[in-house]
Amino acid sequence: MKAGEIKALMDEPACGHNTAAKSGCARPKPGAAAGGCAFDGAQIALLPVADVAHVVHGPIACAGNSWDNRGTRSSGPDLFRRGLTTDLTEQDVIMGRSEKRLLHAIRQAIETFDPPAVFVYNTCVPALVGDDVGAVCRAAQARFGVPVVCVDAAGFYGSKNLGNRIAGEAMVEQVVGTGEPPPPRQAGHGGRVHDINLIGEYNIAGEFWHVLPLLDELGLRVLCTLSGDARFHQVRTMHRARASMVVCSKAMLNVARKLEERYAIPWFEGSFYGITDMSAALRGFARLLRDPDLTQRTEALIRREEDRIRARLAPWRERLKGRRVLLYTGGVKSWSVVSALQDLGMEVVATGTRKSTEADKARIRDLMGEDARMIEEGNPGALLEVFEQTRADVLIAGGRNLYTALKARIPFLDINQEREHAYAGYEGMLELARQLALTLESPIWPWVRGEAPWDAQGWPHTAPSAAEVR
Amino acid sequence: MAEVTQRARPLSVGPLKASPPLGAALAMLGMDRSIPLLHGAQGCTAFAKVFLVQHFREPIPLQTTAMDQVSAVMGGDDPLQEALATLCGKTRPALIGVLTTALSETEGADVQRVIRRFRADHPEYDDVAIVPVATPDFTGDAEAGFTRAVTALIDTLVPVSDRAGASPRQVNVLAGQHLTPGDVEALRDVIEAFGLEAVILPDLSGSLDGHLAPARLAATTTGGTPVEALQRMGESALTLVIGDALAPAADRLRARTGVPDLRLDTLMGLAAVDELLVALSRLSGRPVPSRLRRERSRLQDAMLDSHFMLGAQRVAVAGEPDRVYALARLVQEMGGEVVAAVATRKAPILGRVPAAQVRVGDLEDLETLARQGRAGCLITNAHGVETARRLGIPLLRAGYPQHDRLGGFQRTWIGYAGTRQTLFDLANLQLESAGHQAVAPYRPLHDHPPAEAPEHGPATPPATGCPA
Repeated sequence: MKAGEIKALMDEPACGHNTAAKSGCARPKPGAAAGGCAFDGAQIALLPVADVAHVVHGPIACAGNSWDNRGTRSSGPDLFRRGLTTDLTEQDVIMGRSEKRLLHAIRQAIETFDPPAVFVYNTCVPALVGDDVGAVCRAAQARFGVPVVCVDAAGFYGSKNLGNRIAGEAMVEQVVGTGEPPPPRQAGHGGRVHDINLIGEYNIAGEFWHVLPLLDELGLRVLCTLSGDARFHQVRTMHRARASMVVCSKAMLNVARKLEERYAIPWFEGSFYGITDMSAALRGFARLLRDPDLTQRTEALIRREEDRIRARLAPWRERLKGRRVLLYTGGVKSWSVVSALQDLGMEVVATGTRKSTEADKARIRDLMGEDARMIEEGNPGALLEVFEQTRADVLIAGGRNLYTALKARIPFLDINQEREHAYAGYEGMLELARQLALTLESPIWPWVRGEAPWDAQGWPHTAPSAAEVR
Repeated sequence: MAEVTQRARPLSVGPLKASPPLGAALAMLGMDRSIPLLHGAQGCTAFAKVFLVQHFREPIPLQTTAMDQVSAVMGGDDPLQEALATLCGKTRPALIGVLTTALSETEGADVQRVIRRFRADHPEYDDVAIVPVATPDFTGDAEAGFTRAVTALIDTLVPVSDRAGASPRQVNVLAGQHLTPGDVEALRDVIEAFGLEAVILPDLSGSLDGHLAPARLAATTTGGTPVEALQRMGESALTLVIGDALAPAADRLRARTGVPDLRLDTLMGLAAVDELLVALSRLSGRPVPSRLRRERSRLQDAMLDSHFMLGAQRVAVAGEPDRVYALARLVQEMGGEVVAAVATRKAPILGRVPAAQVRVGDLEDLETLARQGRAGCLITNAHGVETARRLGIPLLRAGYPQHDRLGGFQRTWIGYAGTRQTLFDLANLQLESAGHQAVAPYRPLHDHPPAEAPEHGPATPPATGCPA
C-alpha cells in the first residue's frame, strides 16, 4: 500500500478526531504503545465473515499467534475459525518464493474448503520484500473462479484502528455491490420491510442474537452486519440497504461514509449496550427510514422491552446500586457503557478516553457531569492509582488489564472482544449485571487480600486459633 | 446449616454407596503386609475385589471364608478358623483383618470367640496380628466400615499407655476414607516439611499408590502402616484427625493414649490448610516453610483466576459424608452454590454441609435434585457418568469407584496445591460447558439469503430486482 493511500485512510472526514488538534489517527508512540497493528485490526474486522477462507500471508507470528482467540460466534459455517496462513519460511523470503506459495495456498484453501471467497491478508514481510499480493489475488481469482479479495494490511502501516479502515475499504472497493439480496418476505406485522446494514457489529459471545429478534419484529432486514455472523454473499449486498448503523466503534466509519456517498445510504452512530442506547439505536433506524408506521411500532416495542427488562433488573439493581465503577475502555464504549452502568444504578467514578473523540467526550460530560474524570493514557500503575483515589469497587476494562486487576486483588469485568459474555441488547443487561455481581460479591476477596496467619518468615501470629489442640 | 432428609422410596435406583466391609477392607489395605479377610460368601469378597481392582488397577489381596450352605445355617466358625490357618500357613502376613458381612452377622457369627480358639489352637501364629471388625453390609456405607476398621485397629493394636509426648516430634494421623493415596502422601510431605515424623493410620500412599514392587507376586499388601508403628502411637505429641467420620476412632485413640488431637473436617481450601500449618508450626517450633507459603500464594492466584467461573457455579455433589462436606465447602468458599447434595448415609457432619438440603439417597435422588436445582456440573464417582449425560452437564469424578479412568485413585485434592488443581478443574468444566449458557444462535425471520437460494457464486445482476 502506498504512503499516499495510507494517509488518505488516516484522514477520515467523518471521524471526530479529524477536527481535533492532531488530525486523523494518532501514531503509536514507540516504547509506550499498547494495542495491535494494522494487520490485527484488519483481521479483527473481517474474520467474523464466517464462510470465507481467511488466508494470512506472512510468517507464522501473524496468524500462529493470533488465530481463534476471539469470542465472535457464527450460527452456521465455521471456516473462519480454521486459521489459514502461508507460514513463510526463510527460504521463501530469500528466494522470492512467497508469491508462488501464496498462489498455491489460495488454491489449496479453495480445493479443501470450497469457500464462497478467499480473503488474503498481506503482512509486514511480504509488504517489505515487495510481493505483489494484489496481482496474485487477481491471478488466483481468474484461475480458480472464486472471488479473492486482497486486504493489504501490513502491520507497520499503522495502528489497529487503521487496519479496521483498510479492511472496510477492501470490502467497499472489492465486494460491496457485486451481489443482490433476494426480495424480502412479507413481514408478520404487515408493514413494510426495510433493509439495513450494521457496521462494526461483531457478535461477540453471540450477543447480537439478543438484538436481532427485535429488528426482525420491527421488519428491519439486516442485509449485512460487518461482520458478526456475516456471510460473504451478504457483504456483497450492502449497497441495497436504506440505512446503516455504525455500531459502537469508530473503526469503520469510512465504510458508512462511502456507502452514503456512493449509494446515498444514510447512517448514524449508536450502541446496543445499555437500555438507553439500545432504545436510541432502534429509534435511529426509525428516524432514518422515515416510516411513520415503523416509528409507531418502534416506540411500542421500546416501551414493552424497557418495562420488561427494568422489572427483571430490579433485583440486580438492588445488589449493584451505589457500587463504584472505574471504566477503562476506549472509543465509543467510554460513554455507551457508562449509560448501561447507570441503568444498573451504579456510579461511574472515571472513564478512559483513549481513542475517544471530542464528540465522545461531550457525551461523557452529558452522562457523568461537567467534572467527569477522564483517563487519557492508562498504564497499569496509573490505572491502579486512579482506582485507589476514586475508591472504586470494580474495574471494567479490556482483557489486557484483567491480570493487572487480579494481581492487585481488584474485582474485574472484561468488556472487550475477547470476553465470553453477551452484553448487548436489553437481554444483555441481565448478563452484565450478573457478571458484575459475580465478581463484586465473590467471597474470595477477604481471602486473597488478607494476610496469612503467619509473618513474612512463616512464624505464626501469637493468638491461638479457635480450633487449636483440644 | 443443611436439612438432612432420607429417602422414602422402596427402591434404590443407581446406588451411590459401597458396602461397609469394602470400606473396612480399604482401611486394612492401608496396613503393611496385610490381608483383609471377609467372613461371608465368596461373592462378598469377589465383588469388593473387582471394585477395588478396577479403581486402583492393582492386584488387591482380599480373601474370603467362602461360607457355604452348611456354614450359613450351622455357623461359620469352622470356615473362619480354616481361613485363618490357611492364610497364616501359606503367606504369613503381618495382619489379617477379619471383616464380617451381612451373611455372617445374620448367621450370628461370634468372631471374637473363633479368634480366641484359633489363638489357643495355633500359638505358632502368634506373630500374626488378627483384627476383627463388625461390618454388617446393612449398616452404613464404606466410610462407616472404614471408621470401624480404624477403630478396631486402634483397639486391638495400640497399647493403653500414658506416654503421650514422649516422642515430641512424632505426629499421629488418622486419615479419613475421603483421602486418596495422593492426598495421604501430600499430607505426609507437609508434616515432614516441619521436621516432624508422621505415623499415618491407615497409609494408603504406601500400599495403593500404584507402585511396582520388587517381588513378582505378593499375597499381601506391599506397603502401608507397619503393625509395629501402632505400638508407638501412644508416644506422639499430637494426633491429626482428618474427617469427621473418624471421630469414634479418634475418641478411642485419645482414651487409650492421652495424646491430644486436632480434628480437621477438611484439608481443602485456604482456611483449612492455614489451620493445619499453624498447628504444625506451633508443634514443631519451626516456621511455615517457604515452599508452602509459595503454594499458598499460588492458590490465592488460582482463586482470583477462577472466581469468574466458579462464583455462580451451580454444583451437584454426591458421595460419602466427609467428601460431600469437603467439596461443598470448597464450592461455597468460591461463591458457588451447592444445589444438590446427596450422601450415602446419615452422619453428624451432614448438618454442616453448606447447602439448603442434604439427601441421604442414591443417584436417582441426585439426578432429580440436580435437575430441579439446575445444576451446571456434577461431582461424584464414575457411576455418575450416565447421570451427567442425561442431565447434559459435565462430571468431575471424585470418590469410589473410578473404574472408567486411569489415575483417579492417585489424584491429590488437599493442601494448597491440591485445592488449586480442583479449582482449575471445576473452572475448566464450566468453560467447556459454557455453550449451555451462551446465547442460542438466532436465525432471522428475513433470512438472507433464503435457504433455497445459492449460498454463493459469481456476482450476477439482480434477477428479480431489489426492493425499492
